[in-house]
Amino acid sequence: MTYFGDPAVWLPWSFAALMGLSILIYVVLDGFDLGVGLLMPLADEAQKDRLVASIGPFWDANETWLVLAVGLLLVAFPPAHGMILTALYLPVFVMLIGLILRGVSFEMRAKAPPAQKRLWNAAFFAGSLMAALSQGFMLGLYIMGLTWSWPHVAFATLTALCLTVGYGFIGAAWLIWKTEGALQSRAIGWAKTTLWGLAAGILAISAATPFVSARIFDKWFSLPAMAYLSVLPLLSVFLVGFVWWQLRRLPLPKDRAAWQPFAAAIALFTLAFGGMAYSFYPYVVPEKITLYDAAAAPESLFIILIGTVFVLPAILGYTFLSYYIFRGKATALKYD
Amino acid sequence: MDTLLLSRIQFGANISFHILFPSITLALGWMLLFFKLRFSLTGQQKWMQAYMFWVKVFALSFAMGVVSGITMSFQFGTNWPGFMEKVGNIAGPLLAYEILTAFFLEAVFLGIMLFGASRVKSWVHTLATFLVAFGTTMSAFWIIVLNSWMHTPQGFTMIDGVAHATSWLEIVFNPSMPYRFVHMLLASGLTVAFLIAGVSALRMLWGERGEDVKTALRVGIITAASLIPLQILAGDFHGLNTLKHQPAKLAAMEANWETGPNVPLVLFALPDETTRENRFEIAVPNAASLILTHSLDGTVPGLNDFVDATGQILHPPVAPVFFSFRIMVGVGLAMLLLSWSGLYLMRRHSAASLPKPALLAFSAMSFSGWIATLAGWYTTEIGRQPWLVQGVMTTQEAVAEVPATLVLSTLIGYLLLYALLVLAYIGAITYLARTAARSAPRLSAEPTEETAHDLLR
Ligand code: HDD
Ligand code: HEM
Ligand code: HEM
Repeated sequence: MTYFGDPAVWLPWSFAALMGLSILIYVVLDGFDLGVGLLMPLADEAQKDRLVASIGPFWDANETWLVLAVGLLLVAFPPAHGMILTALYLPVFVMLIGLILRGVSFEMRAKAPPAQKRLWNAAFFAGSLMAALSQGFMLGLYIMGLTWSWPHVAFATLTALCLTVGYGFIGAAWLIWKTEGALQSRAIGWAKTTLWGLAAGILAISAATPFVSARIFDKWFSLPAMAYLSVLPLLSVFLVGFVWWQLRRLPLPKDRAAWQPFAAAIALFTLAFGGMAYSFYPYVVPEKITLYDAAAAPESLFIILIGTVFVLPAILGYTFLSYYIFRGKATALKYD
Repeated sequence: MDTLLLSRIQFGANISFHILFPSITLALGWMLLFFKLRFSLTGQQKWMQAYMFWVKVFALSFAMGVVSGITMSFQFGTNWPGFMEKVGNIAGPLLAYEILTAFFLEAVFLGIMLFGASRVKSWVHTLATFLVAFGTTMSAFWIIVLNSWMHTPQGFTMIDGVAHATSWLEIVFNPSMPYRFVHMLLASGLTVAFLIAGVSALRMLWGERGEDVKTALRVGIITAASLIPLQILAGDFHGLNTLKHQPAKLAAMEANWETGPNVPLVLFALPDETTRENRFEIAVPNAASLILTHSLDGTVPGLNDFVDATGQILHPPVAPVFFSFRIMVGVGLAMLLLSWSGLYLMRRHSAASLPKPALLAFSAMSFSGWIATLAGWYTTEIGRQPWLVQGVMTTQEAVAEVPATLVLSTLIGYLLLYALLVLAYIGAITYLARTAARSAPRLSAEPTEETAHDLLR
């Protein structure tokens, strides 16, 4: 299994890495725009438009990372794909309904008759909430090995709440960066309240994962791994402390450091994600099927990999271009 | 009802909802590029106004296309896990290329196309518009490749019950792909042409007389009139291709039970699968033979050939295929009639003063493209049954073991939501059309040089 010269090893491995990368990018990017949706009810009418404007040019591309992640699961690990998605049939349904509601209300609130605007605002919030909760729920159930028993569902409910609050946090952090004035100050307040949800979520997952199986326990709590792995929790604690300290100082003159909470949020999500990836490797379905057993035929994976090697840098390139074009504080959305 | 049937209905409902929006964005993207280029070249304000109106419809349709498309990408796993397990080595790369080469392109540049006009140079904005249109066309290409491969699979071998690719060229250029791709692109062009003509006619009925509306109406009618003959031709070729590769589907489309020469063209009938004959048949003698083999006594396959010795039926359900095919062709003929009448009337009256009945007819046909497109896809997909991948795997083999009640309850959820959203979508377009009419005087109150110039001419 350790022969990286063998395509049956390095191809599945590369695809697992790619899939992990796109899930992480998805969680960060759609995380902030779902989070903005979650914060909608807290803003007043004029601010609502500004919230939506801050994510307008991005949300569609952000969701495409989800399509890529599921796509990679589908193409690279077909049996795992079937196993995961049939087990998660119901939460997937809730998430899809949520994403549909969100995407549609995003457009409708600006285009439907004004009398309907409140309705679409509500649908925008509801859709974001459904998507966030169901994603958190799926995460929890996945960690528990995709079985529906009461303790597992309870844990999944906890992760659902935590991820939702976590999305709220990264959404608020985004707004601190992309807005100014009264709205920015409110966003700072929202970030302070939601930071704890994120921290609690990371804590809960870190505490629970090692007890899912003896294998994962040993991976973490044996020397020397334990020594350098301890960097992960230490860094996370430091980041939470740093954000807390920074949020109490913001806003600073000349808008200094307004980007820092968002950057820290990205770092936190990445650390948590890295920890989980370490725990579950080499399994795609925890403790049931490894990525090597689930992988599609090497010749098909190879065809996809060639395309990916060329196309992914281009995608990243024009994604950065788009964030660069829409840099600075969010302005009203206009088509001209 | 069992899980299989419910899953099929659910998949059918989801894909039907999805296809409504790509069938608009696919051609509307190119249309917007055309408006934008015309504006850049002539400097006439009316092209920009037309762009501004239709870009809103585009943004709305695109959002609906994206979110319903996300549903599609999960449907394979939730409802048809067997599909990817058996033919994933073929379907996977095709889907992956669609995501990598098309979805990201269109999704990222959409932001720039919609909201970036004031932030980038004009040519960058035009380029972004082009890339979005190109991206949507690419996604249609890849998904049609996959879908066509499911109808006419080649370029693979089966090893231990799993398909392995042997030639990607053969897979991509499978026999029905060119026909299906062309037919779909034309379908989208027609859907958009009739939508533009219909909504513009509606705005004129509401008393609007702006240059942009007249121009849009003219563009819509001319596009429709030029595409529909091509579509009928492409459809004919498509049918011949089906005759060659999927004779059972063709027999169902024609409701022809016995293989033989001199087969009549059935215009109307109630096909009855229990007695295996047509009731209340109205038919044109020898016409089916003529259309399909180009000779009066050509042999046309019949459904009874597709029942095996044990009596098991290997052809698709006849009535839905038969009727949906007729709906599509009927709408196509109506499109031909209306668009050519419109063209004729325009030569005599100019778009500005088309008679009221013509305007009414066009607005009534605004969404006719949707009906023909859905009917066409039902013909294609139901006509493939009982196969999921023709000759390789049946739909039955692919279905997920999910409790029927779960499928049923989520199905009801989807259907309710879709019904609401389609209504809201049509409502929003109507509202946009109405308010555009109301704000028209305000627009012409401060004419720019170009519009003033335009009006004087
Ligand atoms: C505006 C839409 C539209 C219009 C006016 C037509 N079609 Fe169509 N048709 C489609 C939209 C469509 C479609 C939705 O795009 C389909 C489904 C799959 C495909 O490739 O195209 C289709 C499928 C389809 C098939 C099934 C192919 C198969 O899978 O075996 C045939 C034989 C035809 N068409 C033939 C025609 C003919 C003879 C038409 C003449 C009036 C016609 N179509 C008008
Ligand atoms: C190009 C992409 C498409 C793919 C890969 C695809 C694939 C499938 C699959 C996997 C099924 C399930 C098997 C079954 O239910 O029989 C199916 C059935 C079906 N599809 Fe498609 N489809 C595509 C396009 C469409 C479109 C655009 C429509 C409609 C507008 C459509 C309408 C249907 C319907 C109605 C069924 C149910 C047929 C039946 O069960 O009798 N499909 N297709
Ligand atoms: C089972 C089949 C299908 C799947 C899994 C699927 C998936 C998707 C997804 C995920 C998106 C959103 C892309 C984004 O994030 O930007 C999308 C959009 C699109 N799809 Fe599909 N789709 C299917 C069938 C079809 C069919 C039959 C067509 C038409 C021929 C089509 C044409 C398009 C186009 C043109 C777009 C981009 C434009 C838009 O979003 O409105 N798709 N599809």
